[in-house]
Amino acid sequence: METEFTPINSLFGGALIGISVLMLLLLNGRIAGISGIVSSVLPPDVNKPRFFENAAFILGLILAIPLVVFFSGNTPSQAITSNAFLLGAGGLLVGIGAATANGCTSGHGVCGLSRVSKRSIIATVTFMTAAAVTVFILRHVLGGVVS
Amino acid sequence: MRIIVSLIAGLIFGLGLVISGMANPAKVQNFLDVFGIWDPSLAFVMAGAIAISAPGFIFAHHSVKPVFGSEFNIPTNQIVDQKLLLGSATFGIGWGIVGLCPGPAIVALTGSMSEIVVFLAFMIAGLVVVKTLKSEPGIFSTT
Repeated sequence: METEFTPINSLFGGALIGISVLMLLLLNGRIAGISGIVSSVLPPDVNKPRFFENAAFILGLILAIPLVVFFSGNTPSQAITSNAFLLGAGGLLVGIGAATANGCTSGHGVCGLSRVSKRSIIATVTFMTAAAVTVFILRHVLGGVVS
Repeated sequence: MRIIVSLIAGLIFGLGLVISGMANPAKVQNFLDVFGIWDPSLAFVMAGAIAISAPGFIFAHHSVKPVFGSEFNIPTNQIVDQKLLLGSATFGIGWGIVGLCPGPAIVALTGSMSEIVVFLAFMIAGLVVVKTLKSEPGIFSTT
């Protein structure tokens, strides 16, 4: 399914993400790495001293769409595969990969690139390449057999 | 105060993901589909975010402490190892398969896609499994 090119919205949304990173960094001294924040409220060793601030960040993420719906009256357009195997495999790989690499699109991609971390630059190039190759295989090699 | 900052930061981050299109798996997959129906929009998300946050890291580097804390918790690890490379590659494959990374997956919980619960359940399982392995001696061990 084609999507419309939205440079202005994407730039503005990106700027909001940047503002969030700045707030967390300069006010709380923390990196806005979402896989890390989510991981720290999970077992086996829950980060107890930071539990409520990490949970509050997650709650903020969950409240975003309801807020958009409240003010605009429109549900944001979203489309996802309905294939349960792909959903499960994708979720598992994202969880395992982000925890192993100690970061995802936010921690390595946004925060890491912003502070010019060598580790994060390598991580970002690696996951962008792997993701693009995966989509290429799914769409152009398997030709939409699985979607 | 730190909790209120985190809540507002999470909300702004989430709004950014929704407005930018990052929370729409179809748009993410089209961004990654360079040789197909390529939608380059999401490059602008990265550009917008980094343009704002990069100066903050320079400022933090020259500051003693954050407003509501005693120190900055910024990673100091510089090691490029197999965990970083294989972990990132694994993450990228999962991101490509569904078009969701952790932030958008959580944001999508209150959206229109019921399928998200399957993705989230497996993502959380993956995080917990690796976290458990890291706490024990072995290839994932952090000590």
